[in-house]
Amino acid sequence: MGTVDWSRGLTEMTLAFHILFATVGVGVPVFISIAEWLGIAKKDVHYSLMARRWARGFVITVAVGVVTGTCIGLQLSLLWPEFMRLAGNVVGLPLFMETFAFFFEAIFLGIYLYTWNRFSNPYLHWLLTLPIIIGSTGSALFITTVNAFMNTPQGFTYESGNLTHIDPLAAMFNPATPSKVAHVLFSAYLTSAFLLAMIAAFAMLKGRKDDYYRKSIRLNMTVGLVLAVATIIGGDASAKFLAKEQPEKLAAAEWHFETGDRASLVVGGRLNPETGEISGAIEIPWALSILATNHPDGTVVGLNDFPKDEWPPLYVHYLFDAMVGIGFYLLAVPCLFLAMLLIKRWNAYNRWILGGILAGGPLSFLAIELGWFYAEVGRQPWIIRGYLRVSDAATTNAHVDVTFWMFAVLYAVLGIVCLFVLARLFHNKPAELELELHRIIL
Amino acid sequence: MSIEQLGITVLWSFLYGYLIVGSIDFGAGFYAYYGRMIGKESIIGPVISRYLSPVWEVTNVFLVFFFVGIVGFFPETAYYYGTALLIPGSIALILLSIRGSFYAFANYGVKKNSFYLLAYGATGLLIPASLSTVFTISEGGFLAVRGNEVVLLMEELFYSAYSWAVVLLAMSSVLFISSTFLTFYAARAKDENALELMRRFALWGGIPTIISSLFVFIALRNHNLEHFQRALDVWWMFGLSLVSFAMAVWLIWKQRSYGIAFVMVMLQFAFAFYGYGISHLPYLLYPYLTLYGGVTNPTMGRALVIVFIAGFALLVPSLILLLRLFLFNARYVKGELA
Repeated sequence: MGTVDWSRGLTEMTLAFHILFATVGVGVPVFISIAEWLGIAKKDVHYSLMARRWARGFVITVAVGVVTGTCIGLQLSLLWPEFMRLAGNVVGLPLFMETFAFFFEAIFLGIYLYTWNRFSNPYLHWLLTLPIIIGSTGSALFITTVNAFMNTPQGFTYESGNLTHIDPLAAMFNPATPSKVAHVLFSAYLTSAFLLAMIAAFAMLKGRKDDYYRKSIRLNMTVGLVLAVATIIGGDASAKFLAKEQPEKLAAAEWHFETGDRASLVVGGRLNPETGEISGAIEIPWALSILATNHPDGTVVGLNDFPKDEWPPLYVHYLFDAMVGIGFYLLAVPCLFLAMLLIKRWNAYNRWILGGILAGGPLSFLAIELGWFYAEVGRQPWIIRGYLRVSDAATTNAHVDVTFWMFAVLYAVLGIVCLFVLARLFHNKPAELELELHRIIL
Repeated sequence: MSIEQLGITVLWSFLYGYLIVGSIDFGAGFYAYYGRMIGKESIIGPVISRYLSPVWEVTNVFLVFFFVGIVGFFPETAYYYGTALLIPGSIALILLSIRGSFYAFANYGVKKNSFYLLAYGATGLLIPASLSTVFTISEGGFLAVRGNEVVLLMEELFYSAYSWAVVLLAMSSVLFISSTFLTFYAARAKDENALELMRRFALWGGIPTIISSLFVFIALRNHNLEHFQRALDVWWMFGLSLVSFAMAVWLIWKQRSYGIAFVMVMLQFAFAFYGYGISHLPYLLYPYLTLYGGVTNPTMGRALVIVFIAGFALLVPSLILLLRLFLFNARYVKGELA
């Protein structure tokens, strides 16, 4: 493997590890805020305890998120110096703003965690969750605009290897930004809903019966339903955006070679790389045209319209299919749960539903990974689409392989220790025990 | 002031901010571990964790701010430093990652684990050493530019007296700054035992700090005479730094006004740091990159300055709130608020 491959590998590894924690970092504060507010408004200790327990686990994941975020931030310059030299002129602004948002969040998270009993009016403490949400969501927004810029660059003039006539705002609000930001944010919130519901479902499956767990599941699944719908709408908008602005990515995901109307959606299957024939797939007629253009006879651009050395790898098809599949699963589970909750005769907290929620946790994280891999691999071979190829942007330093293994060990250690610490934190202290202690104090 | 000068001033100020808050943090980690080893954890542990807990995340941001800012204002630096610093930069990142996450593991997760504390304490001295390599190579002589390649001359770096002088200065400064701050903090907490211990660390820590800074001057003269001569042009800044140092040590020696003593330490490092920075200009990386050759285009420069001002209007009140709730809240410092 050459330096470029090692650089790609290290960037992939860092990002794949970071987005797990970043997703938690963006989504969970929203739920902490909701739970704390419900606890105060309904005077329900269950929700107040929920907020505290979530916050306690959250801070550990934040620590790992912060350090891996620092890693990727610096690795951009260490591994892709040519890219930063060129793009730094244009994306310096959102990167800078992202740091500000992160700073804001860091300050208020510190305050939030150490002022639980400081204020006589509990709403004052709850108010502190708002700047945390603004900060975490803001940083996700700004960093996503940078990624969107790499997909649909604009806001500059390219003159003999240099970028001139810079318009930083045009670069930030490029065509990819709206759908990308919406999809990233909603999916992060949705994943956190499933993560938190998963923990409660796990406890109930192990035989815990306290109302605490039911309330947690009910809260997360109710909000989760709204979020699942929003995520799917955001994904649909992304597909329409791709069809218009970045057709080769959508075409690669759908193995759509010939430009034409009434294109069908290909699900699963196998591709013969020589002949381009697809076997064993489920083809849904017109569906791709509808997905891309809202019209059954809308024209969808095919891969053959692009030179072969600008094709993304065709395995992105599977990433796309799996992501979409999980997306619909995450919609089905809350629908089913809430339907059973409405029909009073049935027990909505039966083993099957709880098992479905439990599986939804890891699956939603998997979908985040798959979606990002699809988005990133799907714009190969470009690092800035149309302007700079990945192979021209990597460092010339020959030691990336050593660095790769150093970071691999680091992430393995961090991942394992983090899971271990989180498990220890809650295993010895189930919610029932804390509630009991709470009542004694009260 | 031109955009370039404004940019570098902002960035340099952030680096100075990191120097202070980072040093307090790095040194505190070391002292926390050392305290446990010599069996005095119960004396200094609470003071340290009471200060660190609410601010550890903020410390990290100062560093991120600096390296994001420098790539924004001076994208060319990404090319030179980015290519050359792959290995030292990665080592620093790994150390920072271990430190940051193990702090959370040790404080919020498993409280009584000495290994986590060791990982946290030891990295406190290694990180300043690894980060200081950046200053060393910025003096020139450790990079070779061959066509499209930028190569870091590891051997030159390893055998250079200058680079070791800088490492020594970084490590001793960390311990000195941290102990003077913790002396002040312990005094506010009215914690006599911790105060006495930290005071002793502070007085002893002053000696290697001042000796190693003299070393750096001598080594700089041999390594980069041009820079050394520009440093002589602002000799008065280094003089004021020395005066501030003497006053800080005198106050701590006499056991009074620890708050002013810490402000003096901040001034000592401010004069030295800005003096060094001013004399380094116009080079960002000697002799390849100057302030004016590496700057971003004017539109982006202006946008960054505007965002910077807006951001600060938001951050400064928040930081003041943070300080008032924890650092300058007598009841919190004494441990009366959970």
